[in-house]
Amino acid sequence: MTTSAASRPPLPSLLKRLFNQETFLAWLFLLPSLIGFITFYAVPGVRGLYISFTDWDMLSDPKFIGVDNYVDMFQDKQFWRSLQVTFYYVILNIPLQTVLAIGLAVMMDRVTKSNIIRGLFIMPWLLPPVIVALIWLWMLDPTLGFINNLFQFLGFGRQPFLGSPDQAMPSIALINIWQYTGYTALLFFAGLQTIPKSLYEAAAIDGASERRIFWSITLPLLRPVLVFVLVTTIIGSFQIFDTIAVTTGGGPIDATRVITWYIFEFAFQRFQMGYATAVSVVLFLILIVATILQMRILRADESDLA
Amino acid sequence: MKKNLLLTLLLLLLAMFIVACGGGEAEEADSDTATTADSGSETADSSSTDTAADSGEVVTIRYALWDSAQQPAYEQCAAAFNTANPSIMVIVEQAGWDDYWNTIQTGFVSGDAPDVFTDHLAKFPEFAVKEQIVDLQPFIERDSVDTGIYIEGLADLWVRQGKRYGLPKDWDTIAVVYNADMFAAAGIDPAITDTWTWNPQDGGTFEEVVAQLTLDANGNNGLSPDFDKENVVQYGFIHQGSGGFSGQTQWSHFAVSNGFQFTDGPWTTQYYYDDPALAETMDWYVGLIEKGFAPPLADVTSLGPQQLVISEVGAMTTDGSWQIGNYVDNSTFEVGFGLLPIGPNGRKSMFNGLADSIYIGTEHLEEAWQWVKFAASPECANIVGDTGVVFPAIPSGVERALTVREAAGVDVNAFTDQALDPNGTFLFPITDNGAEISAILDPTMDSIVLGEADAATALQEANEQVNALFDE
Repeated sequence: MTTSAASRPPLPSLLKRLFNQETFLAWLFLLPSLIGFITFYAVPGVRGLYISFTDWDMLSDPKFIGVDNYVDMFQDKQFWRSLQVTFYYVILNIPLQTVLAIGLAVMMDRVTKSNIIRGLFIMPWLLPPVIVALIWLWMLDPTLGFINNLFQFLGFGRQPFLGSPDQAMPSIALINIWQYTGYTALLFFAGLQTIPKSLYEAAAIDGASERRIFWSITLPLLRPVLVFVLVTTIIGSFQIFDTIAVTTGGGPIDATRVITWYIFEFAFQRFQMGYATAVSVVLFLILIVATILQMRILRADESDLA
Repeated sequence: MKKNLLLTLLLLLLAMFIVACGGGEAEEADSDTATTADSGSETADSSSTDTAADSGEVVTIRYALWDSAQQPAYEQCAAAFNTANPSIMVIVEQAGWDDYWNTIQTGFVSGDAPDVFTDHLAKFPEFAVKEQIVDLQPFIERDSVDTGIYIEGLADLWVRQGKRYGLPKDWDTIAVVYNADMFAAAGIDPAITDTWTWNPQDGGTFEEVVAQLTLDANGNNGLSPDFDKENVVQYGFIHQGSGGFSGQTQWSHFAVSNGFQFTDGPWTTQYYYDDPALAETMDWYVGLIEKGFAPPLADVTSLGPQQLVISEVGAMTTDGSWQIGNYVDNSTFEVGFGLLPIGPNGRKSMFNGLADSIYIGTEHLEEAWQWVKFAASPECANIVGDTGVVFPAIPSGVERALTVREAAGVDVNAFTDQALDPNGTFLFPITDNGAEISAILDPTMDSIVLGEADAATALQEANEQVNALFDE
């Protein structure tokens, strides 16, 4: 900043420019969320970074221990295992949920005009996640659950679902897909409204098939929304917690001990807040990298409409 | 240029916030240590308490417990306490086991834990080390409370190095819970529970009974050569899951009656999970599932083993005395309680006691103590005993609980006989590092009972990790 001191306008005029009417208004509007951001995100974030370099049980004073937490973490097999489990969940959850949601959105847009039917799709999202998890926990119960009774009635064998290391994670992924697909579809549906109808009319005149219309018009023009949805749902997916807390508690064995549950266990059951925070920092970095990659790959800042 | 300025402004703002928050925290920490240091002497109680007491206002004490069945009993106690001490009001809070401990522990951190809470032998050592619970010894001496009124041994479980962290409220043992109708249908005389035997090799007469009570879809029982284990409609034995580090209602009674012991006694620093006596027991336990006599682990984890027994999925289980009411009240069949089988090393049940502890951050230490004293008194023990939900720590309360159950036609002597047998019980393991040990043993036991790990190898490995905790 000092290098270009000569070309800098004198301070009063700069302040004037900074607070000319328009910028002033902009800041005024930004202020509430800026305060929220600083108090609830920036400050705790910076503190968190500090805590991650300490040994802290939350009850006595934190002891600075440098990068020991990070060294321990990278040597802990369970940390790697929970990362693996988390990625597994994201892979089970995101692709299927996104494809289903796009399909739903297109149907909401092209097939039905009924607001009631459109509203029905987001019903599961309106339920509190804990209730959803509890309902599915009971329905999926191996002996007394509805689904297994249905399976037996149809002649399939009983399935352990949440009680088996192999089926627990897919079951949780399906529960969450059930809950969030409608909401995700709503976002896509909103995105579809921004595509000019004239393009569809033109396609209809040219005699394009519904499938061709989807691949050549709908999907490319939906891309900015797709990026937004993918970024937010993938972040949400990495942070899955409530469903697991209610249904499996990280088990059986460690089949559903995702990174957030691993953090929770260390922070609140084992009183190792320093270590838990270090893991959170790593999760934060993973999410940043994942987000940047997605933005790059999907060219988030460009629109094909322009 | 402008961007840079904005950035600087932002950073400046951020720095201000950090400094402001940091300052606030330091003050907070100071006042925290002050209260902690002072809480030993009563006179230095926080000023708000004094004013409250002076002006004759009612002080509210929050009391937490995890067993919803006991909530009405303790609400009665609280009412009786309030009659005697009109200036103190006790509010009973309840949360299920897992949520309970999360709430208590996060409450310590936020300073919002209940004033008095039901404490567990697996948890209190850590709370004591982290200085979160009050040493009751000075109060006991001041008020000359007689700790000899409790059933032998219960009070001393809560003492460490001259400090006492709880006053006993109740105790529990383990017995066999069975469906008397299924016993009758299989032609089994329930009296067999007085003499049945068990060993990890062939399961003894206990396993014979289990096999006889297991039925497949064709009506064959587990002893029949035509028994189809893929098509079981009634399990002979509902196990209680994998049991984590204590196996309290799951495997501890089998393992100890086979010669296993957890440790050399309270506060020792070595565990013996690698004892072959435990591995053998677990092999047998998993074997029951493989033979089709007991349900797979997944079946008991979500809704719980009690629900399976009540829903008549299986004929019997092993469970703790605090569950008596659950079985009796919710079953449509006749429930019976029988003694555990006699193993190579005798008939053994875990003996566990609960106590009330005071949170160190309470603003009403004196009132909290008054409540703890009352909850551990014969008066409250009798109130709890009259509901029959648990066995109170005081013999007169136990008598009442037995009377109530007898009047209802339920014989629960299996639990009390076991407790009275001088060689019939062993203690819940009391050591440091409870949370860490639990974190190691939970997944280990899960993988053994799921049949995914070899018991001997997995336990050996877990035991090394556990004992390493004490080397640090």
